[in-house]
Amino acid sequence: MPLSRDQVRHVALLARLGLEQGDEDFYAEQLSGILRHIDRLQELNTDAIPPTAQVVEVAATLREDVPRPCLTQEEALANAPAAVDGFFRVPSIQEEA
Amino acid sequence: MTLDPTHLTISELRHMLDERELSAQELLGLHLERIEAADADVKAFLRLTTARAAEQAQAADRALRDGTAGPLAGIPMAVKDVLCVKGVETTAGSQILKGFKPPYTGTAVQRIFDAGAVMLGVTNCDEFAMGSSTENSGYFPTHNPWSLDRVPGGSSGGSAAAVAAGEATFSLGTDTGGSIRQPAALCGVIGMKPTYGRVSRYGLIAFASSLDQIGPFTRSVEDCALILQTMAGHDPLDSTCADRPNNVARGLHDGVERIRLGVPREYFEVKGMESGVRLAIQKALNTLEAAGAELVDVSLPHTDYGLAAYYIIAPAECSSNLARFDGVRYGMSEQDAQNITEAYMKTRRKGFGAEVRRRVMLGTYALSSGYYDAYYLKAQKVRTLIKQDFDDAFANCDAIVSATSPTVAFPIGSRTQDPLSMYLCDVLTLGGNLAGLPGISVPCGMSDGLPVGLQVLAPQWREDITLRVARAYELAADMRVEVALVD
Amino acid sequence: MRAVGWEVVIGMEVHVQPTTRTKMFCGCAIAPLNAPPNSHTCPVCLGLPGVLPVINKAAVEACLKTAVALNCEIPRHTKFDRKNYMYPDLPKGYQISQYDLPMSHDGHLEVGERRVRIRRVHLEEDTGKLVHAGDRLHKAWESFVDLNRAGVPLMEIVSEPDIRSAEEARDYAVALRTLLRTVGASEADMEKGQLRAEPNISVRRTGTTELGVKTELKNINSFRNLYRAIDFEVKRQIEALESGHDVVQETRGWSDAEQRTFSQRTKEFAEDYRYFPEPDLPPLELDPAWIEELRRALPELPEARRVRLVSQYALPLHDASLIAAERELADLFEGAVRAGADAKPAANWIIGEVAPGGSVPTINQLADVVKLVTSGSITRDQGREVLAESIRSQRSAGELVAERGFAQVSDESELEAIVREVIATNAKAAADYQAGKKQALGALMADLKKKAPNANPKMANEILQKLLQ
Ligand SMILES: [Mg+2]
Ligand SMILES: [Zn+2]
Repeated sequence: MPLSRDQVRHVALLARLGLEQGDEDFYAEQLSGILRHIDRLQELNTDAIPPTAQVVEVAATLREDVPRPCLTQEEALANAPAAVDGFFRVPSIQEEA
Repeated sequence: MTLDPTHLTISELRHMLDERELSAQELLGLHLERIEAADADVKAFLRLTTARAAEQAQAADRALRDGTAGPLAGIPMAVKDVLCVKGVETTAGSQILKGFKPPYTGTAVQRIFDAGAVMLGVTNCDEFAMGSSTENSGYFPTHNPWSLDRVPGGSSGGSAAAVAAGEATFSLGTDTGGSIRQPAALCGVIGMKPTYGRVSRYGLIAFASSLDQIGPFTRSVEDCALILQTMAGHDPLDSTCADRPNNVARGLHDGVERIRLGVPREYFEVKGMESGVRLAIQKALNTLEAAGAELVDVSLPHTDYGLAAYYIIAPAECSSNLARFDGVRYGMSEQDAQNITEAYMKTRRKGFGAEVRRRVMLGTYALSSGYYDAYYLKAQKVRTLIKQDFDDAFANCDAIVSATSPTVAFPIGSRTQDPLSMYLCDVLTLGGNLAGLPGISVPCGMSDGLPVGLQVLAPQWREDITLRVARAYELAADMRVEVALVD
Repeated sequence: MRAVGWEVVIGMEVHVQPTTRTKMFCGCAIAPLNAPPNSHTCPVCLGLPGVLPVINKAAVEACLKTAVALNCEIPRHTKFDRKNYMYPDLPKGYQISQYDLPMSHDGHLEVGERRVRIRRVHLEEDTGKLVHAGDRLHKAWESFVDLNRAGVPLMEIVSEPDIRSAEEARDYAVALRTLLRTVGASEADMEKGQLRAEPNISVRRTGTTELGVKTELKNINSFRNLYRAIDFEVKRQIEALESGHDVVQETRGWSDAEQRTFSQRTKEFAEDYRYFPEPDLPPLELDPAWIEELRRALPELPEARRVRLVSQYALPLHDASLIAAERELADLFEGAVRAGADAKPAANWIIGEVAPGGSVPTINQLADVVKLVTSGSITRDQGREVLAESIRSQRSAGELVAERGFAQVSDESELEAIVREVIATNAKAAADYQAGKKQALGALMADLKKKAPNANPKMANEILQKLLQ
């Protein structure tokens, strides 16, 4: 099924990817092409087939509740594009601003 | 045989280092010279870590003198740009991570360092390991040392090219759908993807978590076994890393007598398979048969669906894995925005390249409400079928052999316009990732003057079989990984 | 609140921080409340590239204990999933939570006379904290992110919509807290954010079965506010419906300052969380032997204790319910009885004095006071004073009674001498009483209290009446 422009806009918002001039057409065309190939999956009857999320049988290991050293505040913020008084700074989460 | 140390294997160099024919620092110097000479053309390295290398080489010389040297003491190596090394800029080939210096070193790399290796630098790759040509690097494309107008394969193209060009004795890459084996084939070196869960992924910048594995590029099968052995094994920091014995080199030199090699007919009929490649593989199979292996026909009936399943599962996981690149804690950040959503959208639009955005969009779509069952769940079920195909095949054979890539290295720019044609590069390798199998690519001759790779796949946890078959081929064909002489 | 013609339907979503030393998926120590921002983080909880989660065993154990205590079914296999949404307090861009195979499901909790069904108890991780700063005038807004809390373990306890009033909702939350403390799964302190209750509220016409449109309340930080917020919201919904308006499905915050709920900004589009299995964590096998071991090791649960308090101490059901609702009170009660206090007076003291007061005495402090009052050695008022002072100064009741001269004079001959003196100095009052003015006795008793404050008032009163006959 080909992707409509509306779907492209919706998916881009979900993925928090900005759309620039020409992007909607680009994605609509390219994703539709890939999905055309992918749609062959629908040929297979998989009703009785269980899904595989993890391919190797490994049992989850549980960690003992013992503290390990943390990073210092300085180390934690070392790569931050904008840090203020020990915090990461971000533009407002208020939509109205 | 040339005695240029930049052409040698780990075991050969180790002999020279032990015999004091060469010091680790001299070996490092020779490699830096080689990089200086070749890398302007090859562009395997994104950045060099010369100061760190000098320290590590010095420490290696000390250890060699003291008799405390680890198995990789003084061996110059390179690290793909998706593996975190403390204090070394690590960017996953992406502009969005430009300048990021991890405060920690990943487990696999740390084990290589602990064994005494000398890190030369960080190698180029497709952005977030998404690609099969290293053209999707956010920095520049890498060139194939055998023919500079061609791609080295990808996504670990820089790591493969560095070993092929004599710039590093070995290197580390990652393989999500063939990203080690395919560039190894295209660059004429050995590359191996271990069983999913054999090597810790801690420190590997995730592309698709259920498929990613770290593996080596080397010049001999023995070296490959050594590097894998060094990295492998349980890690309390990776819950998907298995706690089981790591005797991957067991029976390495036992040959292939009475080993049954499955030849999957579907793998010889894939779209775009070049006749030169098919011919080289046929020759390699003959060589293995002559060495005592039994060739048996096997079938992997869902091969045609592998690519489709892969291009749902990998993008779905990547769409989630890449959500952390938001410009808040590290990396590129567009702060000039009215609100956080706008900041996210600007940062990610600018920071991610076209292929990454394409896959994030595809994966987001496949997981979104109303499409999950038709795409993601369906793909997971097909993944079960593909795994069953391999289980059935391995009931009749010990290993599966095929070409690694349907083609030799293709010209730079020839596939960038059509994503699907690029995705088809991985059609013979991604089944191994979907099924979690160990797989190796060894050079098996040339076609049109370019290397061809033979792929050997084995059941989960049977790296020993892949290595043993590869070693037997290496021996029977008198194959030696050659350094491509770029001038 | 009880509005005629309406039925209130409440389901509760409660997030509880289990008692662990470290975070859910990394070895960072849990930060104290006053820790500097971003001082308790590591590559894992910062969501740096390349890191992976590892499950905290203590968090799993706390969740399982809670689930067992809530009579939940525990499956053999459970798994974690990713809940995807991007927000600056969520470092990875997804929360590791549980979707279709939670750690436990289908349990229940007895709250007073009502059985509240528990839909599920699952494990997840907390987000970081956002601090907002803004300047309305210049429209310069920004937020600050502290990730100390990011990755702290949370148990999410989801009830069915079985609760029918604000009182019941509060009682449910209190009962849950007692249960969590009893099994040692959490300290469940609401003020410290260790227990966060989010009620889903709707109303419907009495006699109908269809659920009304619900709202979800957030930012409630005490049991009292839980009650008030629901009470407000129920009234608001009924008023809206009765005046012909609709209730909008939304999340509403509770404003402590204004004592009302308010609409929190509705997102510009419905979130689509795109849940899928967390590929970094293999499914978790829950060994039935482990569950059995946890079940066996559970202490007596509040419900069982309530029943026992009635049968063992002959307490009225009401008293037993109040005392069993708080483990501390129940322990105090049983301890005091063991230390020699009579059961019913001990219960009265706990319900009347200790529970409303806030500060809890030691077992011996309470037992001593109860015994002194019961035996008539001190008055009830003196008992109150002694109890308060012994909690404050950590001194024994006997010591305080002696120091203040509280010990009552109960010796009959001694009392008689005092009474005779009172009659002698108040001849007029005595004569009035004898003439039939019964209220004159008050003046005599008042003088007696002044002359001999420690006199046993009951005995003195009897002697006074006898001598004036
Ligand atoms: Mg939750
Ligand atoms: Zn942490």
